[in-house]
Amino acid sequence: MVKNKQAHSGVWILAEQADGKVQRISYELLTRGRDLADKRHTDLTAIIFGSDINAKDLQALIDCGADKVIAMEAAGLEHFLVEPYACCMLKVIEDYRPEIIIAGATSTGRTLMPYIAIKANAGLTADCTVLDIEEGTGHLLQTRPAIGGNILATIKTPQHRPQMATVRPHSTKPATKQEGRTGEIVHLKAPAECLASRINRVAFISDESQHGLQEADIVVAVGRGIKKGENMTLTEPLCESLEAALGATRDVVDRGWLSYPHQIGLSGKTVSPKLYLAVGISGTIQHLAGMQTSETIVAINTDPDAQIFNVADFGIVGNLFDVLPVLAERIRKARNHQ
Amino acid sequence: MRIIVPIKQVPETNAVKMDSETGTMIRDGVEAIINPLDLYAIESAIQLREEHGGEIIALSMGPPKAAAALREAIAMGCDSAVLLSDKAFAGADTWATSYVLAKAVEHMGDYDLIICGERATDGDTGQVGPGIASFLDLPVATYIGKVDQVSKKSCRLHRLVENGHEVLDVELPAVLTMVKEVADPRLPTLRGKQRAKKVDLPVWTATDINADADKLGLAGSPTRVVKIFRPQVARQCEKIIAMDESDIDRAVDRLVTFLQKKDFI
Repeated sequence: MVKNKQAHSGVWILAEQADGKVQRISYELLTRGRDLADKRHTDLTAIIFGSDINAKDLQALIDCGADKVIAMEAAGLEHFLVEPYACCMLKVIEDYRPEIIIAGATSTGRTLMPYIAIKANAGLTADCTVLDIEEGTGHLLQTRPAIGGNILATIKTPQHRPQMATVRPHSTKPATKQEGRTGEIVHLKAPAECLASRINRVAFISDESQHGLQEADIVVAVGRGIKKGENMTLTEPLCESLEAALGATRDVVDRGWLSYPHQIGLSGKTVSPKLYLAVGISGTIQHLAGMQTSETIVAINTDPDAQIFNVADFGIVGNLFDVLPVLAERIRKARNHQ
Repeated sequence: MRIIVPIKQVPETNAVKMDSETGTMIRDGVEAIINPLDLYAIESAIQLREEHGGEIIALSMGPPKAAAALREAIAMGCDSAVLLSDKAFAGADTWATSYVLAKAVEHMGDYDLIICGERATDGDTGQVGPGIASFLDLPVATYIGKVDQVSKKSCRLHRLVENGHEVLDVELPAVLTMVKEVADPRLPTLRGKQRAKKVDLPVWTATDINADADKLGLAGSPTRVVKIFRPQVARQCEKIIAMDESDIDRAVDRLVTFLQKKDFI
């Protein structure tokens, strides 16, 4: 393979695996990456580190949009450890010189990407909600909420390559298989000098209390309008009647009315359910960043000018304490009739 | 045990108002505070010192007024603090910020741990902790909810990840970034406040930390902000006012019909 030492080209996504199985975030990144590669008229590569990665899953990355997969495997790469992962990835970046690298804003991506960006002398933008290619220059345009999430900023990296960005999990639909796609799977051996780690992973303790907020089809989310922690019980009949997962704004979590795993927004989870029911939520950009890609949004708020109504498909301007009980009862009855 | 805690002064974001004409932030009258997530880093440093002895040095890059955040850190229990302030630092992105903090750490001599907050509430990137580690060639462990089994050479960490937590052993020195689960931050004591008022707070410039001029501030930052704007809203909202009882019944009827049409009920 001929390598041009001067120019950087190609779009990369950092695919992730667990127990050798390619994770959902990888397919979400393929959706983003395919769009960018097409706009830039270039190839899309998925890079993945691991040990004994499922061969069918590597082929699935091709079927879902990658033109090339680079898989680097070694026993020491089975789990994410920042030093070996960074050393290996920097070697591959040096050899292949990608122009753009996109990773998930996961615990892995948010640790590995800044570690690499420093050593690669690259620009990195966290938690982008929109990625695009600038006409004319071909620069990556990275848009993210800024200043506590009250405004959006578009950021670019004019001089340095690669251009790096992370995007929130669940902020894009995962790419699906397309018939007849072909591509190349390159297996690379991890350089032995890269596998030393000063961090040793002793154990993993899985948390059973994860409540599937990001997987739910319907999410009921509560904001400061609920006024008191005790009032949270008001949402229970509605969640039950809709079989919805319960989410909350940062305000509610900061006040201790719900635990952090329920938090939706820039500093919490991003969700993209079929129906998002916002109750007593004003709609700061910090919150909108975590839910505005929901298919249908319904808002209930006393303030007719609340920002949440600007992203909603249906809104009730009214007191949630009056509306919620009536609504829950009516939905329960309607469902029982079926 | 010698612990360095890099902190950031941030605007109290809940208080930020937007100018609806220009779409910019109104900074007047917005209070500057210690990044709330840095309080967890300070608290875990204090608990480690209580158990193992040693000293804690708070460190911050910012304008002269950021000294207030450092004094607050001392009031909580940090032993000393250093402010990194220089016009050349202005406009730094996370790359150039990590560089300055790493150079200052190098200038401080030996240390066992660098403990950071998970991210700052204004920038919300979480990139500076790993960035400092990368410049210093140190291991970094992010999202730490618990530190124990601390020895001179290593410590055991609980790292919160997507589906549970990892138990890690890390060699020291290392960089850690902390999440809220790690500890409840204490309030400054009266004695702490008095000490914070009087304590000598050195200010270091680029020259003091032997920093490379072309790696500083905006000039040293790979990224550029090209546009700041308020989000466009694309949805057409069917909005119903329901202020009294009869309104509520009607509004809920319409909503139920809407949800039925979309097959949610």
